[in-house]
Amino acid sequence: MKPAAFSYHAPRTVDEALALLRNYGDEGKLLAGGQSLVPTMNFRLAQPTALIDLNGIDELFFIREDNDELRCGAMTRQREVERNGVVKRIAPLLHETMPHIAHAQIRNRGTIGGSLAHADPAAELPAVAVALDAQMYVRSVTDARWVAARDFYVGLFATAMLPEEMLVEVAFPQSRSGSGWAFEEVARQHGNYAMCGAAAVVGLDGKGAVENARLVYFSVGEGPVVADQAAALLVGEQPNAEAIRAAADTAASQDIDPVGDIHAGPAYRRHLAGVLGERVLTRACERAAGAEGQ
Amino acid sequence: MDQTISVTVNGRSFERSVEPRLLLSDFLRHELGLTGTHVGCEHGVCGACTVLLDGVAVRSCLLFAVQTDGRDVATVEGLAGGPQALHPLQHGFWEKHGLQCGFCTPGILMSLVPFLEENPDPTEEEIRELLSGNICRCTGYQKIVEAVQLGARLIQEKSA
Repeated sequence: MKPAAFSYHAPRTVDEALALLRNYGDEGKLLAGGQSLVPTMNFRLAQPTALIDLNGIDELFFIREDNDELRCGAMTRQREVERNGVVKRIAPLLHETMPHIAHAQIRNRGTIGGSLAHADPAAELPAVAVALDAQMYVRSVTDARWVAARDFYVGLFATAMLPEEMLVEVAFPQSRSGSGWAFEEVARQHGNYAMCGAAAVVGLDGKGAVENARLVYFSVGEGPVVADQAAALLVGEQPNAEAIRAAADTAASQDIDPVGDIHAGPAYRRHLAGVLGERVLTRACERAAGAEGQ
Repeated sequence: MDQTISVTVNGRSFERSVEPRLLLSDFLRHELGLTGTHVGCEHGVCGACTVLLDGVAVRSCLLFAVQTDGRDVATVEGLAGGPQALHPLQHGFWEKHGLQCGFCTPGILMSLVPFLEENPDPTEEEIRELLSGNICRCTGYQKIVEAVQLGARLIQEKSA
Protein backbone atom coordinates (compact mmCIF):
# COMPACT_ATOMS: atom_id res chain seq x y z
CA MET A 1 0.00 0.00 0.00
CA LYS A 2 2.16 2.81 -1.29
CA PRO A 3 1.08 5.85 -3.27
CA ALA A 4 1.76 6.05 -6.99
CA ALA A 5 4.34 8.61 -8.06
CA PHE A 6 3.33 12.27 -8.31
CA SER A 7 4.98 15.65 -8.63
CA TYR A 8 4.99 17.59 -5.38
CA HIS A 9 4.30 21.31 -5.15
CA ALA A 10 4.43 23.41 -2.01
CA PRO A 11 3.04 26.88 -2.84
CA ARG A 12 3.42 29.64 -0.25
CA THR A 13 0.38 31.70 -1.28
CA VAL A 14 -3.21 31.06 -2.36
CA ASP A 15 -2.47 32.69 -5.72
CA GLU A 16 0.36 30.25 -6.36
CA ALA A 17 -1.84 27.31 -5.38
CA LEU A 18 -4.66 28.48 -7.68
CA ALA A 19 -2.25 28.85 -10.59
CA LEU A 20 -1.02 25.30 -10.03
CA LEU A 21 -4.59 24.06 -9.77
CA ARG A 22 -5.53 25.70 -13.07
CA ASN A 23 -2.45 24.22 -14.64
CA TYR A 24 -3.16 20.64 -13.54
CA GLY A 25 -6.98 20.69 -13.49
CA ASP A 26 -8.43 17.28 -12.73
CA GLU A 27 -4.95 15.74 -12.65
CA GLY A 28 -3.97 17.80 -9.64
CA LYS A 29 -5.08 17.26 -6.07
CA LEU A 30 -5.00 19.76 -3.21
CA LEU A 31 -3.43 18.30 -0.08
CA ALA A 32 -4.87 19.76 3.12
CA GLY A 33 -4.57 17.63 6.28
CA GLY A 34 -4.34 14.47 4.18
CA GLN A 35 -6.36 12.40 6.62
CA SER A 36 -8.74 11.27 3.85
CA LEU A 37 -6.69 11.89 0.70
CA VAL A 38 -3.53 10.07 1.76
CA PRO A 39 -5.37 6.84 2.71
CA THR A 40 -6.98 6.79 -0.74
CA MET A 41 -3.55 7.41 -2.28
CA ASN A 42 -2.03 4.63 -0.15
CA PHE A 43 -4.69 2.29 -1.54
CA ARG A 44 -4.06 3.79 -5.00
CA LEU A 45 -7.74 4.62 -5.29
CA ALA A 46 -6.48 8.15 -5.99
CA GLN A 47 -3.46 8.60 -8.23
CA PRO A 48 -3.06 12.32 -8.82
CA THR A 49 -0.38 13.46 -11.25
CA ALA A 50 0.42 16.43 -9.06
CA LEU A 51 -0.03 17.06 -5.37
CA ILE A 52 -0.45 20.69 -4.35
CA ASP A 53 0.38 20.87 -0.65
CA LEU A 54 -1.45 23.72 1.11
CA ASN A 55 0.30 23.25 4.45
CA GLY A 56 2.82 26.02 3.75
CA ILE A 57 0.22 28.71 2.97
CA ASP A 58 0.11 30.81 6.14
CA GLU A 59 -2.84 32.93 4.97
CA LEU A 60 -5.13 29.86 5.13
CA PHE A 61 -4.60 29.32 8.87
CA PHE A 62 -6.82 31.61 10.93
CA ILE A 63 -9.86 31.90 13.14
CA ARG A 64 -11.35 35.35 13.63
CA GLU A 65 -14.51 37.21 14.42
CA ASP A 66 -15.74 39.53 11.73
CA ASN A 67 -19.08 41.40 11.87
CA ASP A 68 -20.55 38.86 14.28
CA GLU A 69 -19.43 36.04 12.03
CA LEU A 70 -16.92 33.31 12.70
CA ARG A 71 -14.37 33.14 9.89
CA CYS A 72 -12.11 30.11 9.56
CA GLY A 73 -9.29 29.77 7.07
CA ALA A 74 -9.59 26.51 5.16
CA MET A 75 -6.37 25.06 6.58
CA THR A 76 -7.26 25.67 10.22
CA ARG A 77 -6.63 22.38 12.03
CA GLN A 78 -9.69 20.68 13.45
CA ARG A 79 -7.96 20.52 16.83
CA GLU A 80 -7.59 24.32 16.78
CA VAL A 81 -11.29 24.76 15.95
CA GLU A 82 -12.13 22.39 18.82
CA ARG A 83 -10.20 24.45 21.37
CA ASN A 84 -10.82 27.98 20.16
CA GLY A 85 -12.84 30.29 22.42
CA VAL A 86 -14.22 32.40 19.56
CA VAL A 87 -15.65 29.24 17.96
CA LYS A 88 -17.27 28.26 21.25
CA ARG A 89 -18.90 31.68 21.65
CA ILE A 90 -20.08 32.34 18.09
CA ALA A 91 -20.77 28.82 16.84
CA PRO A 92 -21.42 26.61 19.89
CA LEU A 93 -22.86 23.85 17.69
CA LEU A 94 -19.58 23.64 15.80
CA HIS A 95 -17.72 23.57 19.12
CA GLU A 96 -19.93 20.74 20.40
CA THR A 97 -19.34 18.74 17.21
CA MET A 98 -15.56 18.85 17.01
CA PRO A 99 -14.65 16.14 19.57
CA HIS A 100 -16.79 13.66 17.60
CA ILE A 101 -14.62 13.97 14.50
CA ALA A 102 -12.29 10.97 14.33
CA HIS A 103 -9.54 10.81 16.97
CA ALA A 104 -7.38 13.52 18.52
CA GLN A 105 -4.39 12.35 16.46
CA ILE A 106 -6.45 12.82 13.27
CA ARG A 107 -7.86 16.20 14.33
CA ASN A 108 -4.31 17.38 15.03
CA ARG A 109 -3.68 17.22 11.32
CA GLY A 110 -7.12 17.30 9.70
CA THR A 111 -8.44 20.68 8.60
CA ILE A 112 -11.88 22.27 8.58
CA GLY A 113 -11.67 23.16 4.89
CA GLY A 114 -10.36 19.76 3.90
CA SER A 115 -13.28 17.99 5.50
CA LEU A 116 -15.84 20.46 4.11
CA ALA A 117 -14.45 20.20 0.58
CA HIS A 118 -14.03 16.41 0.67
CA ALA A 119 -17.82 16.09 1.10
CA ASP A 120 -17.75 12.66 2.68
CA PRO A 121 -21.40 11.72 3.34
CA ALA A 122 -20.39 10.28 6.72
CA ALA A 123 -18.52 13.41 7.84
CA GLU A 124 -19.82 15.67 10.59
CA LEU A 125 -18.64 19.07 9.35
CA PRO A 126 -20.65 19.31 6.10
CA ALA A 127 -23.89 18.61 7.99
CA VAL A 128 -23.05 21.16 10.68
CA ALA A 129 -22.13 23.74 8.04
CA VAL A 130 -25.55 23.25 6.44
CA ALA A 131 -27.31 23.39 9.83
CA LEU A 132 -25.58 26.69 10.62
CA ASP A 133 -26.10 28.27 7.17
CA ALA A 134 -22.36 28.57 6.72
CA GLN A 135 -21.00 30.30 3.64
CA MET A 136 -18.08 28.88 1.67
CA TYR A 137 -15.62 31.26 0.05
CA VAL A 138 -14.36 29.67 -3.14
CA ARG A 139 -11.64 31.05 -5.40
CA SER A 140 -10.06 30.30 -8.73
CA VAL A 141 -7.44 32.25 -10.69
CA THR A 142 -10.18 34.26 -12.39
CA ASP A 143 -13.08 34.20 -9.97
CA ALA A 144 -14.09 34.43 -6.33
CA ARG A 145 -17.54 33.66 -4.93
CA TRP A 146 -19.46 32.79 -1.78
CA VAL A 147 -21.55 29.61 -1.89
CA ALA A 148 -24.14 28.76 0.75
CA ALA A 149 -23.38 25.43 2.43
CA ARG A 150 -26.76 24.11 1.38
CA ASP A 151 -25.90 24.72 -2.29
CA PHE A 152 -22.31 23.56 -1.85
CA TYR A 153 -23.13 19.85 -1.49
CA VAL A 154 -24.43 18.36 -4.71
CA GLY A 155 -23.87 14.63 -4.32
CA LEU A 156 -21.61 11.84 -3.17
CA PHE A 157 -18.17 13.36 -2.53
CA ALA A 158 -19.29 16.14 -4.86
CA THR A 159 -19.45 19.90 -4.34
CA ALA A 160 -20.45 22.90 -6.43
CA MET A 161 -16.77 23.76 -6.92
CA LEU A 162 -15.24 23.61 -10.39
CA PRO A 163 -11.97 21.69 -10.89
CA GLU A 164 -9.95 24.93 -10.84
CA GLU A 165 -11.66 26.24 -7.71
CA MET A 166 -10.48 25.94 -4.13
CA LEU A 167 -12.23 26.47 -0.80
CA VAL A 168 -10.24 29.16 1.02
CA GLU A 169 -12.49 30.25 3.88
CA VAL A 170 -15.72 29.42 5.65
CA ALA A 171 -17.98 31.84 7.51
CA PHE A 172 -20.42 30.80 10.23
CA PRO A 173 -23.09 33.31 11.30
CA GLN A 174 -23.37 34.08 14.99
CA SER A 175 -25.73 31.84 16.90
CA ARG A 176 -28.89 33.96 17.24
CA SER A 177 -30.14 34.89 20.67
CA GLY A 178 -33.15 32.77 21.55
CA SER A 179 -31.92 29.88 19.48
CA GLY A 180 -30.70 26.48 20.63
CA TRP A 181 -28.58 23.81 19.04
CA ALA A 182 -27.51 20.18 19.53
CA PHE A 183 -25.38 17.51 17.92
CA GLU A 184 -25.48 13.71 18.33
CA GLU A 185 -24.09 10.70 16.52
CA VAL A 186 -23.91 6.96 16.96
CA ALA A 187 -20.71 5.12 16.09
CA ARG A 188 -19.59 1.63 17.13
CA GLN A 189 -16.51 3.16 18.72
CA HIS A 190 -15.71 6.76 19.59
CA GLY A 191 -13.97 8.31 16.63
CA ASN A 192 -15.23 5.86 14.03
CA TYR A 193 -17.43 7.06 11.22
CA ALA A 194 -20.95 7.39 12.56
CA MET A 195 -23.73 5.11 11.33
CA CYS A 196 -26.03 8.09 11.70
CA GLY A 197 -25.65 11.60 13.06
CA ALA A 198 -27.82 14.67 13.42
CA ALA A 199 -27.45 18.38 14.07
CA ALA A 200 -30.33 20.69 14.99
CA VAL A 201 -30.79 24.44 15.31
CA VAL A 202 -34.11 25.72 16.72
CA GLY A 203 -35.37 29.25 17.37
CA LEU A 204 -38.37 30.03 19.59
CA ASP A 205 -40.65 33.06 19.40
CA GLY A 206 -41.77 35.24 22.33
CA LYS A 207 -44.56 32.81 23.18
CA GLY A 208 -42.26 29.83 23.32
CA ALA A 209 -43.44 28.34 20.02
CA VAL A 210 -40.98 27.13 17.41
CA GLU A 211 -40.21 29.99 15.03
CA ASN A 212 -37.63 28.21 12.92
CA ALA A 213 -36.06 24.78 12.96
CA ARG A 214 -33.42 22.98 11.00
CA LEU A 215 -32.54 19.33 11.35
CA VAL A 216 -29.66 17.96 9.27
CA TYR A 217 -28.51 14.36 9.09
CA PHE A 218 -25.30 12.74 7.89
CA SER A 219 -24.35 9.18 7.01
CA VAL A 220 -27.88 8.53 5.75
CA GLY A 221 -27.57 9.82 2.18
CA GLU A 222 -25.18 11.10 -0.46
CA GLY A 223 -24.32 14.18 1.58
CA PRO A 224 -25.88 16.26 4.33
CA VAL A 225 -29.64 15.57 4.32
CA VAL A 226 -31.90 18.42 5.44
CA ALA A 227 -35.09 17.16 7.09
CA ASP A 228 -37.38 19.83 5.66
CA GLN A 229 -40.67 18.04 6.29
CA ALA A 230 -39.78 17.47 9.93
CA ALA A 231 -38.87 21.14 10.35
CA ALA A 232 -42.09 22.29 8.69
CA LEU A 233 -44.08 20.12 11.07
CA LEU A 234 -42.41 21.69 14.09
CA VAL A 235 -42.65 25.37 13.13
CA GLY A 236 -45.51 27.11 14.95
CA GLU A 237 -45.81 24.31 17.51
CA GLN A 238 -45.04 24.41 21.20
CA PRO A 239 -41.90 22.28 21.50
CA ASN A 240 -43.35 19.55 23.69
CA ALA A 241 -42.40 15.89 23.61
CA GLU A 242 -45.26 14.88 21.27
CA ALA A 243 -44.49 17.55 18.68
CA ILE A 244 -40.79 16.71 18.74
CA ARG A 245 -41.45 12.98 18.45
CA ALA A 246 -43.79 13.55 15.50
CA ALA A 247 -41.13 15.66 13.77
CA ALA A 248 -38.39 13.09 14.40
CA ASP A 249 -40.64 10.28 13.12
CA THR A 250 -41.33 12.27 9.96
CA ALA A 251 -37.61 12.88 9.49
CA ALA A 252 -36.81 9.18 9.84
CA SER A 253 -39.64 7.96 7.61
CA GLN A 254 -40.01 10.75 5.02
CA ASP A 255 -36.98 13.03 4.86
CA ILE A 256 -34.21 10.46 4.59
CA ASP A 257 -33.70 7.50 2.29
CA PRO A 258 -30.68 5.68 3.70
CA VAL A 259 -28.88 2.82 2.02
CA GLY A 260 -27.25 -0.01 3.92
CA ASP A 261 -23.60 -0.93 4.18
CA ILE A 262 -21.58 -3.40 6.25
CA HIS A 263 -21.94 -1.16 9.31
CA ALA A 264 -25.71 -0.65 9.37
CA GLY A 265 -28.72 -1.52 7.21
CA PRO A 266 -31.30 1.02 6.06
CA ALA A 267 -33.86 0.03 8.72
CA TYR A 268 -31.35 0.49 11.53
CA ARG A 269 -30.24 3.84 10.10
CA ARG A 270 -33.87 4.98 10.03
CA HIS A 271 -34.25 3.86 13.61
CA LEU A 272 -31.15 5.82 14.62
CA ALA A 273 -32.39 8.87 12.72
CA GLY A 274 -35.62 8.83 14.71
CA VAL A 275 -33.86 8.48 18.05
CA LEU A 276 -31.14 11.02 17.31
CA GLY A 277 -33.61 13.45 15.73
CA GLU A 278 -35.71 13.38 18.87
CA ARG A 279 -32.67 13.89 21.09
CA VAL A 280 -31.16 16.81 19.19
CA LEU A 281 -34.49 18.58 18.73
CA THR A 282 -35.28 18.16 22.42
CA ARG A 283 -31.93 19.52 23.53
CA ALA A 284 -31.99 22.34 20.98
CA CYS A 285 -35.48 23.39 22.16
CA GLU A 286 -34.41 23.24 25.81
CA ARG A 287 -31.39 25.40 25.08
CA ALA A 288 -33.52 27.85 23.10
CA ALA A 289 -36.00 28.08 25.97
CA GLY A 290 -33.12 28.61 28.41
CA ALA A 291 -31.70 31.38 26.25
CA GLU A 292 -35.16 33.01 26.07
CA GLY A 293 -35.53 32.94 29.82
CA GLN A 294 -32.25 34.78 30.43
CA MET B 1 11.95 13.71 -8.98
CA ASP B 2 13.72 13.43 -5.65
CA GLN B 3 13.71 16.35 -3.27
CA THR B 4 16.26 17.09 -0.59
CA ILE B 5 14.84 17.49 2.89
CA SER B 6 16.41 18.44 6.17
CA VAL B 7 14.57 17.10 9.21
CA THR B 8 15.34 16.81 12.90
CA VAL B 9 14.47 13.43 14.40
CA ASN B 10 14.85 12.91 18.15
CA GLY B 11 17.11 15.94 18.31
CA ARG B 12 19.45 14.84 15.52
CA SER B 13 19.35 16.45 12.08
CA PHE B 14 19.26 14.42 8.92
CA GLU B 15 19.51 15.48 5.30
CA ARG B 16 18.20 13.03 2.74
CA SER B 17 17.07 13.00 -0.85
CA VAL B 18 13.60 11.43 -1.08
CA GLU B 19 10.86 10.69 -3.58
CA PRO B 20 7.78 12.84 -2.83
CA ARG B 21 5.61 9.73 -2.48
CA LEU B 22 7.73 8.32 0.35
CA LEU B 23 5.59 8.20 3.49
CA LEU B 24 7.08 9.55 6.70
CA SER B 25 6.62 6.11 8.32
CA ASP B 26 8.71 4.46 5.60
CA PHE B 27 11.26 7.28 5.70
CA LEU B 28 11.79 6.74 9.42
CA ARG B 29 12.04 2.97 9.11
CA HIS B 30 13.90 2.49 5.81
CA GLU B 31 15.95 5.65 5.39
CA LEU B 32 16.83 6.32 9.03
CA GLY B 33 16.62 2.75 10.36
CA LEU B 34 14.27 3.85 13.16
CA THR B 35 12.09 0.74 13.14
CA GLY B 36 10.46 1.53 16.47
CA THR B 37 7.72 3.32 14.54
CA HIS B 38 5.47 0.45 13.47
CA VAL B 39 3.40 0.27 10.33
CA GLY B 40 0.03 -1.39 10.75
CA CYS B 41 -2.90 -0.44 8.56
CA GLU B 42 -1.23 2.30 6.50
CA HIS B 43 -4.45 4.24 6.22
CA GLY B 44 -4.62 6.10 9.48
CA VAL B 45 -6.89 3.78 11.43
CA CYS B 46 -4.67 1.70 13.73
CA GLY B 47 -2.40 4.36 15.21
CA ALA B 48 0.70 2.13 15.39
CA CYS B 49 2.75 4.64 13.37
CA THR B 50 1.93 7.68 15.55
CA VAL B 51 4.87 10.07 15.98
CA LEU B 52 5.20 13.67 17.09
CA LEU B 53 5.52 16.38 14.46
CA ASP B 54 6.61 19.60 16.16
CA GLY B 55 5.37 18.08 19.40
CA VAL B 56 1.93 17.10 18.08
CA ALA B 57 0.80 13.47 17.74
CA VAL B 58 0.12 12.56 14.10
CA ARG B 59 -0.09 9.46 11.89
CA SER B 60 3.23 9.08 10.10
CA CYS B 61 1.57 6.90 7.41
CA LEU B 62 -0.57 9.88 6.38
CA LEU B 63 2.32 12.30 5.94
CA PHE B 64 4.88 12.45 3.19
CA ALA B 65 8.50 12.75 4.26
CA VAL B 66 8.84 15.86 2.07
CA GLN B 67 6.28 17.57 4.30
CA THR B 68 8.65 17.35 7.27
CA ASP B 69 11.35 19.47 5.64
CA GLY B 70 12.58 21.89 8.30
CA ARG B 71 10.41 20.31 10.97
CA ASP B 72 10.97 18.39 14.18
CA VAL B 73 9.95 14.73 14.48
CA ALA B 74 10.00 12.63 17.65
CA THR B 75 9.72 8.83 17.63
CA VAL B 76 9.57 6.19 20.34
CA GLU B 77 13.35 5.76 20.12
CA GLY B 78 13.74 9.18 21.71
CA LEU B 79 11.69 8.43 24.82
CA ALA B 80 14.08 6.39 26.97
CA GLY B 81 17.37 7.78 28.22
CA GLY B 82 18.93 4.35 27.64
CA PRO B 83 18.25 0.63 28.26
CA GLN B 84 18.33 1.22 32.01
CA ALA B 85 16.53 4.56 31.92
CA LEU B 86 12.99 4.00 30.69
CA HIS B 87 10.66 6.96 30.30
CA PRO B 88 8.24 6.93 33.29
CA LEU B 89 5.42 6.08 30.90
CA GLN B 90 7.38 3.10 29.54
CA HIS B 91 8.01 2.06 33.12
CA GLY B 92 4.25 2.15 33.72
CA PHE B 93 3.67 -0.14 30.72
CA TRP B 94 6.39 -2.51 31.91
CA GLU B 95 5.13 -2.63 35.49
CA LYS B 96 1.43 -3.02 34.64
CA HIS B 97 1.81 -5.38 31.65
CA GLY B 98 0.46 -2.72 29.31
CA LEU B 99 1.52 -4.78 26.30
CA GLN B 100 1.62 -8.33 25.06
CA CYS B 101 2.95 -8.45 21.50
CA GLY B 102 3.97 -4.79 21.66
CA PHE B 103 3.13 -3.93 18.08
CA CYS B 104 0.78 -1.09 19.01
CA THR B 105 2.89 0.17 21.92
CA PRO B 106 5.11 2.74 20.15
CA GLY B 107 2.09 4.52 18.69
CA ILE B 108 0.28 4.45 22.02
CA LEU B 109 3.29 5.89 23.84
CA MET B 110 3.70 8.68 21.31
CA SER B 111 -0.01 9.52 21.53
CA LEU B 112 0.21 9.63 25.31
CA VAL B 113 3.32 11.78 25.78
CA PRO B 114 1.74 15.08 24.62
CA PHE B 115 -1.63 14.04 26.10
CA LEU B 116 -0.13 13.69 29.59
CA GLU B 117 1.81 16.93 29.24
CA GLU B 118 -1.46 18.76 28.70
CA ASN B 119 -3.48 16.65 31.08
CA PRO B 120 -1.16 15.26 33.81
CA ASP B 121 -3.95 13.65 35.86
CA PRO B 122 -6.51 12.33 33.38
CA THR B 123 -9.68 10.45 34.28
CA GLU B 124 -10.12 6.88 33.08
CA GLU B 125 -12.71 8.13 30.59
CA GLU B 126 -10.27 10.67 29.15
CA ILE B 127 -7.60 7.96 28.86
CA ARG B 128 -10.00 5.63 27.07
CA GLU B 129 -11.10 8.36 24.69
CA LEU B 130 -7.47 9.11 23.82
CA LEU B 131 -6.76 5.38 23.38
CA SER B 132 -9.68 5.11 20.92
CA GLY B 133 -7.20 6.36 18.32
CA ASN B 134 -4.94 3.35 18.81
CA ILE B 135 -5.91 -0.25 18.15
CA CYS B 136 -4.57 -3.03 20.41
CA ARG B 137 -5.67 -6.60 19.69
CA CYS B 138 -3.98 -8.28 22.67
CA THR B 139 -4.80 -6.59 25.93
CA GLY B 140 -8.44 -5.55 25.82
CA TYR B 141 -7.08 -2.15 26.91
CA GLN B 142 -7.63 -2.73 30.64
CA LYS B 143 -3.90 -3.19 31.32
CA ILE B 144 -3.08 -0.25 29.08
CA VAL B 145 -5.38 2.03 31.07
CA GLU B 146 -3.69 0.89 34.29
CA ALA B 147 -0.28 1.43 32.71
CA VAL B 148 -1.21 4.97 31.72
CA GLN B 149 -2.49 5.72 35.21
CA LEU B 150 0.77 4.50 36.74
CA GLY B 151 2.83 6.29 34.08
CA ALA B 152 0.99 9.55 34.77
CA ARG B 153 1.72 9.16 38.48
CA LEU B 154 5.40 8.42 37.85
CA ILE B 155 5.73 11.45 35.58
CA GLN B 156 4.23 13.66 38.28
CA GLU B 157 6.50 12.18 40.96
CA LYS B 158 9.52 12.72 38.76
CA SER B 159 8.68 16.36 38.13
CA ALA B 160 7.71 17.00 41.76
